Amino acid sequence: MDVDNTQVRMTAYMRDHQDKVVGRWSELVAVGLRGRSSAAELRHELDDLYTLLLRAMSGADEQAVGELRATLAEMSRSRARNGFTPTQTALGVFALKDALYELIADAAELVPEYLAFSRMIDDLGLHTFETYAAAREQIIADQADAMLELSTPVMKLWEGVIAVPLVGTLDSARTQLVMEKLLETLVATGAEHAVLDITGVPTVDTEVAQHLLKTVSAARLLGTDCIVSGIRPQVAQTIVSLGIEFGDIATKATLADALAYALERGGQHIEKRNSGLPQQGPA
Amino acid sequence: MERVPVLKIGTTLFVSIQIDLQDESVVRLQEDLADELSATGARGVIIDITAVEIVDSFIGRMLATIGSISRLFDAETVLVGMRPAVAITLTELGLSLRGVRTALNAEKGLALLNGSA
Amino acid sequence: MDELPIRTGDDVVRVRQQVRVVAAKSGLSLVDQTKVVTAASELARNALVHGGGGLARVDVVTSALGRNGIRIGFTDEGPGIADVDLALTDGWSSRDGLGLGLSGARRLVDEFELTSKPGSGTSVVVVKWSR
Repeated sequence: MDVDNTQVRMTAYMRDHQDKVVGRWSELVAVGLRGRSSAAELRHELDDLYTLLLRAMSGADEQAVGELRATLAEMSRSRARNGFTPTQTALGVFALKDALYELIADAAELVPEYLAFSRMIDDLGLHTFETYAAAREQIIADQADAMLELSTPVMKLWEGVIAVPLVGTLDSARTQLVMEKLLETLVATGAEHAVLDITGVPTVDTEVAQHLLKTVSAARLLGTDCIVSGIRPQVAQTIVSLGIEFGDIATKATLADALAYALERGGQHIEKRNSGLPQQGPA
Repeated sequence: MERVPVLKIGTTLFVSIQIDLQDESVVRLQEDLADELSATGARGVIIDITAVEIVDSFIGRMLATIGSISRLFDAETVLVGMRPAVAITLTELGLSLRGVRTALNAEKGLALLNGSA
Repeated sequence: MDELPIRTGDDVVRVRQQVRVVAAKSGLSLVDQTKVVTAASELARNALVHGGGGLARVDVVTSALGRNGIRIGFTDEGPGIADVDLALTDGWSSRDGLGLGLSGARRLVDEFELTSKPGSGTSVVVVKWSR
């Protein structure tokens, strides 16, 4: 978008009639905002915007265009935070065209420049809309990241045994996160066994299997043996029918089985004490 | 060219890679280890890569080759201290380094060697 | 933009170090830095060993949405690759990283462009974005 600085006459007219134009502009915008902004504040904000616009149009100052777009972007974000729709914000910008048109209706020499001016204002109004959309996208992306983080716990199950309960689809993004968290935990705890539980993974196809194998492979490079647990009957059938080979990776039906296996391999043994519950004192 | 020192402690050879290895140094290390294994009859080799930030396929293959050479001398190699970022990258590259045992650190590596000897 | 010659093994190390510096500056995570430096190492080595020497160019780039990234271009005047598709095939689960390592390097980056013709050398441009 280029702010046209060849509109010499328009610029001059706008400068000479600043008060009147901004006044009318304020009135029009206030209608759209339905009284949710104070008149004085609004007037002030639009006045600043108008001045910036004039600077950009006169072409005297190189940073003016950048500042104008930045100010509009900030205005759009601020309006969004206060619950205004992006349409309201954009309409507010477009209202300048109406305000100006009312006044120049009698000034015939300005009519040729009006079209270019109008296009420029359209661009600026759209810019506020785009800023709003971009901000929304960022919020969605941040929330997706937060959800990914929350649904990928890596926990110490026992001395020397780390558990990674996977819930939901195992895609590339989650696999990367699982690998990073698992490996960091392995270094921090010195665990030699890790259990990847896939009870909560709805479907295990070739792609998911490959993600699992990658994770096991990475953990192995740090000296850790992985066990895949939580293989449901239907999943087992799918794996076999797809010809997926888990090779020498141990697989168990439940997390409990996997833990027992890991403890056994790690030379740890759990014994039940005969004494049972502590004695009750005399009544 | 930087030469990586090979230390002998008991029946184990220790190599600690501290620098960004240049290709010549990599090849030289392989040769030095083969020489030492032959000369000392060592039963184990521990290669510590705790300080190594990048392992590309060339270095990866060198590590796998060292494993093979050691076995010819009836010695076991353990690679210790691989950084998570390096492990993830090597996995993505498709290098699983099977044929070389791994451990989190030199202490565990030694335990592995003594357990399996 | 940095231009680095690739004529010796030392040059490959230098390319790694430069890519590491720029990747860190572009805001890449540690894992992503490691991946892109490793990919650069593979491609620089290729240029040296198979291409008879060449050049690496390292740039910081910005996406339309304002994300930073690192772009590295490798060129060599070597014999070129006759069958580009074949050179890029081996998938993750096959063979242990042999061959030109191109498919491996490709998995480590976000964008990968290879142009090569027998007799006119090879050019590879890769980009990795910060998240």
